[in-house]
Amino acid sequence: MYTASDLRKGLRLKIDNEPYVIVEFNFVKPGKGQALYRTKLRNMINGNQFERTFRSVDVFEPADLREKKMQYLYKEGDKYCFMDNESYEQVYLTEDQVGDSVNFLLDNIEVEILLFEDRPIGISLPNFVEVIVTEAEPWAKGDTVSGATKPVKVQTGYTILVPTFISEGEKIRIDTRTGEYLTRVKG
Amino acid sequence: MNTSQKDDQFYLARKAKNLRLRAKFMQSVRHFFNEHDFLEIETPLRIPGPAPEEHIEAIPSGNWFLQTSPELCMKRLLAAGYPRIFQICKCFRARERGEKHLPEFTMLEWYVAHFDYQDLMDQCEAMLLDAFRNMGYPRDITWQNKKIHLESPWERITVANAFARYSPVSLSETLNQNHFDETLVQYIEPRMGINRPTFLYDYPPELAALARIKKSDPSVAERFELYIGGLELANGFSELTDTAEQRRRFEKAAGARATKNWQNYPMPEKFLTALENLPPSAGIALGIDRIIMLMGDTTQIDDITAFPPESL
Repeated sequence: MYTASDLRKGLRLKIDNEPYVIVEFNFVKPGKGQALYRTKLRNMINGNQFERTFRSVDVFEPADLREKKMQYLYKEGDKYCFMDNESYEQVYLTEDQVGDSVNFLLDNIEVEILLFEDRPIGISLPNFVEVIVTEAEPWAKGDTVSGATKPVKVQTGYTILVPTFISEGEKIRIDTRTGEYLTRVKG
Repeated sequence: MNTSQKDDQFYLARKAKNLRLRAKFMQSVRHFFNEHDFLEIETPLRIPGPAPEEHIEAIPSGNWFLQTSPELCMKRLLAAGYPRIFQICKCFRARERGEKHLPEFTMLEWYVAHFDYQDLMDQCEAMLLDAFRNMGYPRDITWQNKKIHLESPWERITVANAFARYSPVSLSETLNQNHFDETLVQYIEPRMGINRPTFLYDYPPELAALARIKKSDPSVAERFELYIGGLELANGFSELTDTAEQRRRFEKAAGARATKNWQNYPMPEKFLTALENLPPSAGIALGIDRIIMLMGDTTQIDDITAFPPESL
């Protein structure tokens, strides 16, 4: 069981026999008042979202989801094909089911396919991926390290804000949960 | 995750503007209180136990605790004859972490003898107006693309009127359903301090454990909160000076804590003894981090703190 202090973005809970994922999470605590955990939950099967506020005394059942390591193969029409490298079993996910993960869906990347009652319902990426910067403005000469950022495009076509010292062709590490730049990877 | 030295520099460098705002605000605060004949004091961060509150949990430090607020020692000074005192200090609260919460945060707390909460609202407004002026916001401030007018007088609205105006559920109904905090967070707070700063005041007594009951209306306690842009910034009240009543409220809070298996604190006997000599007075705690969020135009407390705990 989870308690309210375990709640965070991405956590998966079972509510009314269906799997839900927390898509928005906010800890709030009005002055002298109690801690409240405001969430937006998304039903992992039908995609319906609703808001719910929990208290610190609330407890939650984890969603009993199975994850299977699979490799991303190709996109066919509006379906994405993944394969289990041991059994060679293939499964398909829709664009909706892949969602924002498409931004980091590198060729042949190993992902976890989520199964709820043996049905593929979603994908979870590694927390961190390394991607190559394919388009970037050059770093202005004489620029020192500052807090400034610039947008660059990476190999999946995703646009991301990075420090100005990053240049084209470099590899960077991205946190797939936030979609944000983490660090430069020295190759 | 180890970030490179360059990345560390990058994350710290982008906070430069906000760290300067923080320093400048501190200077302005100290200047204001010096001009108004206040004594800046320091009290211990590590104490035998804080005042028992139903919803605030302290972080242990050896056999003692880190303070959740400097109130107990400050009120002992007030009772000993220091009529105007202020302090800027760190406070620590277990399990409080979010976009607007750090488990270690910076508090400005001040007390004035022979003031009540209305006097303190006036003074809080004057102090912040002074700070806003010193920091380049003489008339208004823009927060999250909304202009907030700062001219005096700031709005004052009672909790009962705010519920009547903004909540679909009445105050008495939400209290009966034990849903005050949820209603406040969902319907009231987002409307507070939007066009100009707002003092929300006259709280139900059960939500004001250390505040005095209002003589002219015993159904409310003389407590207020300051909001700007929906951000809760400060909490103040006319101090309760009745020792027996204070002890009863502490015992009630301790009982509520025990049912949740929260930590047991020693009863603050020295504070209760001092309360017998406390003149009528008022005190206020203002979250400095939140003010800097407002001035730095950010919804994330991490942006205005050099080192949130996860970065250490």
